[in-house]
Amino acid sequence: MRGRCLLSGMAVWLAAATPALAFIAYVSNEKSNTVSVIDTDKWTVTRTIKVGQRPRGIEFTRNGKFVLVAVGDDDKIEVIDVATQQVVDSLPSGPDPELFTQDAAGKILYVANENDNTVTVIDLEKRVRVGDIQVGVEPEGMAISPDGKILINTSETTNMAHFIDTATRQIVANVLVDARPRFAEFKRDSSELWVSSEIGGTVSVIDPAKRIITGKISFSIPGLRREAIQPVGIGITKDGKTAFIALGPANRIAVVDATSHTVTKYLLVGQRVWHMAFTPDEKYLLVTNGVSNDVSVIDVSAQKVIKTIQVGELPWGITMAQP
Amino acid sequence: MVRWLVGAIGLSIVVSHALAADPVEIGIGYLGHTGVKSKLSLVEQPSENDGIAGARLAIEDNNTTGKFLNQRFTLEEVRLKEGEDVANAAMALAGRNSFIIADLPADALLRAADALRDRGTVVLNAGSIDDRLREQDCRANVVHIAPTRSMLADALAQYLVWKQWKRWMLVVGSHDQDKLYAEVLRRAAKRFGAKIVQERVFEDTGGARRTDSGVTQIQRQMPVFTQQAPAYDVLIAADESEVFASYLPYRTWDPRPVAGSAGLVPTSWDAAQDQWGATQLQNRFIKMNSRRMTALDMQAWTAVRMIGEASSRTNSGDPKLVLDFLKGSNFSIAAFKGQRLTLRDWNQQLRQPILLVDGRMVVSVSPQDGFLHQVSELDTLGVDRPETKCRLN
Repeated sequence: MRGRCLLSGMAVWLAAATPALAFIAYVSNEKSNTVSVIDTDKWTVTRTIKVGQRPRGIEFTRNGKFVLVAVGDDDKIEVIDVATQQVVDSLPSGPDPELFTQDAAGKILYVANENDNTVTVIDLEKRVRVGDIQVGVEPEGMAISPDGKILINTSETTNMAHFIDTATRQIVANVLVDARPRFAEFKRDSSELWVSSEIGGTVSVIDPAKRIITGKISFSIPGLRREAIQPVGIGITKDGKTAFIALGPANRIAVVDATSHTVTKYLLVGQRVWHMAFTPDEKYLLVTNGVSNDVSVIDVSAQKVIKTIQVGELPWGITMAQP
Repeated sequence: MVRWLVGAIGLSIVVSHALAADPVEIGIGYLGHTGVKSKLSLVEQPSENDGIAGARLAIEDNNTTGKFLNQRFTLEEVRLKEGEDVANAAMALAGRNSFIIADLPADALLRAADALRDRGTVVLNAGSIDDRLREQDCRANVVHIAPTRSMLADALAQYLVWKQWKRWMLVVGSHDQDKLYAEVLRRAAKRFGAKIVQERVFEDTGGARRTDSGVTQIQRQMPVFTQQAPAYDVLIAADESEVFASYLPYRTWDPRPVAGSAGLVPTSWDAAQDQWGATQLQNRFIKMNSRRMTALDMQAWTAVRMIGEASSRTNSGDPKLVLDFLKGSNFSIAAFKGQRLTLRDWNQQLRQPILLVDGRMVVSVSPQDGFLHQVSELDTLGVDRPETKCRLN
C-alpha cells in the first residue's frame, strides 16, 4: 500500500520534472494594433509587440525566423524577427492586405488585397512585388496545394474559389461556393480542399483534381438561429481525420470527422471565434475569440477546452512556431 | 446535425476557364424620377445620382464575377419627367431589360408593376418604404429591397426599449407620409412596450428650407413648441417631409434626446457603417463616385447584386428562373450587415438588420438581443407573416 503511494508519487514528480515541449504562438490583435506572444508551456502572454494598424493575417515564414503580419490599414505586411520579437522590416503588399500564403520553399508570398480585386505576388528574398493576379470581388482566403502547383483564392462577394496555376499565374478554374467564402484549407494528402462560407453558413468540400464540390458541411446548434452560425477558420489534423471549424458569432468550434464530414461535437469557446493554430505536436489547438479578447486552448485528443488566455483587443489571426 | 447535402452537389456549378461562346447579356433597367427631395441639412442633400450610383457599382461587382461565368450585366437608366406616363416608360424599358430597379413612389410603382405583369419582367423596389406595397397592394412580380416603414420603426423601438427610454413624446408632421410614419411608430410602441405620453402635430406652413437668418427664429420656436410636455424620456419626430425634425436636437424645452426623423435615425445603410467588411464596399463606392454611400445607393446595390447572385447560381439570366431562385429557400445575399439576408416568401420583402445612426456613427444595429422569433429574429422587424394582408397571385 505504502509502496504504491510512493510509486505513484514518483510518477507525478517525474511528469512534472520532464518539461512539456514549449511552443510559441503569435496572435494578431485587430483593434489594439499589437501582436501577443503566448508561451504554450506556461499558457501566458510573455510579450506584446506593437505593430501597424489593423493587424489580421499572421504566419511564420517557412524557415521559422520571422513572423509576417498583414497590417491592413497601413497597406503593408510587417516582418517580426522571432529572435528579438520586434518589427524589423515590411513588405509591399498592395492595398489592405488581409490573408496571405507562402510557397513551400518560402520564397514567394501570395497576398489577398481586398480593395482592388487582386492577389499580389511578392518575392520574399528581394522583398519586392513581382506580379498581380486579377481575381473576383474582395479576395480573402488563401491556400496553396501541398505540391505547390495550385494557389487557391476565395473572393467574398464573387463567392468563388479561384484555382490559380502558380507557374503561369493564370486562373485555371473557378468553383462557385456559398456566400462570403473566407478561408481555404487543403488536406495534407491533397485529397480535399475545404472552403468556409461565412454568410452561407457552410463549408464546401472540393475535389482539387476534378475541381468540383463533392460535399457540404452544415451546422445546427440547438437554440441558435441559423444566421448566427458563420464558419470562418478551419484546422485539419495532419492525418486528415479530424477537423475543427470556427463558427464566428455562434461562439463555438465544430469538431468534424473529416472522413465522413459529419460534425461530432460543438465546443463552446469565447465570443466571435475567428482563426486557429495547432501546436506542432497537435496536442493543442489555440483559437482566437474576437469579441471576448481571449484565446481558448483546446485539448485535441480530449476535444475539450482547457484554458482561456487574455490577449489584446479583438484578437483575429494566430500562428505557431515549429519546434 | 450535419449531413451531406447531396442535393446541393447537383446545384454546384463548376466553371471552366475556356469560355469561347459570347457572354450571356443580362439587362437591368433603372427607373426613377427626376429631381431630388430637398433636405433640411445641406450635408444630407442627395446627389443627382443617388441610388443609381449604387446600382452602377453592383454592375461592376457582378461583371467581375460574370467574367468567370460568361455573364455580362448592363444598366440602362430612365428618369421620368414631370407628367410622363410611368406605365409607358416601364414598358419601353422592359423591352430591352428583363429586370427593372424601381425608385418610385408607391402609386407609380404599382402602375409600372401592373403594366409589366404579363411580360415576366421582375421589378425590384429599391426606393419605396410604404408598407402597403408589401401588404394589401403586394404584387407577385415585385421584390422589395427597401425596408418597410414598419421595419424602421420597430428597429428604433427595440433599441429605445432596450435603453429603457420607454416614455415617448411623438411629434408628427402634417403631411401624409409623416402620418404613415406616426402610425407605425404607434404600432411599434404597443408591440415592444413603450408608451406615447403625448402627441403633437407640427404644421407645415410652407416657406423656404434655408434662409440666411434662419437659425435665430428656430432657436426660439423649437423650445416653445416642445414646452409643457408630460414627463418623457425621448422625443420622437415623424417628419419624412423634412419640415422640422432636424431642428429639434439640442433645442427641446426639456433636455431630452431626439429620435425618428432626426437624432437617432433608423436606416438600411449609412456612410459610417464599417462593420462586417463594409469598409471594402464603402471604399469601392467612394473611389467610383467621389462621394459617400447613402441608404438608397445601398438598396440599389443590393437589388443589382441579388440579380447577379441568382444569375450566377442558376447559370441563367432568365427572369423567371432568377425570380424563382430569389423566392426559394436556397437564396441568401451577403450585404455587409453581419448576417445572411433572405426574402420573406409571403410578400417578397428582403429581411435585413436596420442600422441606428446619428449622422456620424452607427449607434446600434437592430434586431436587438432578446427580441426573439421562432423563424428569424429579423422577422421581429415589420409586419410578420401571421399579420400580413398580402396575397400573392
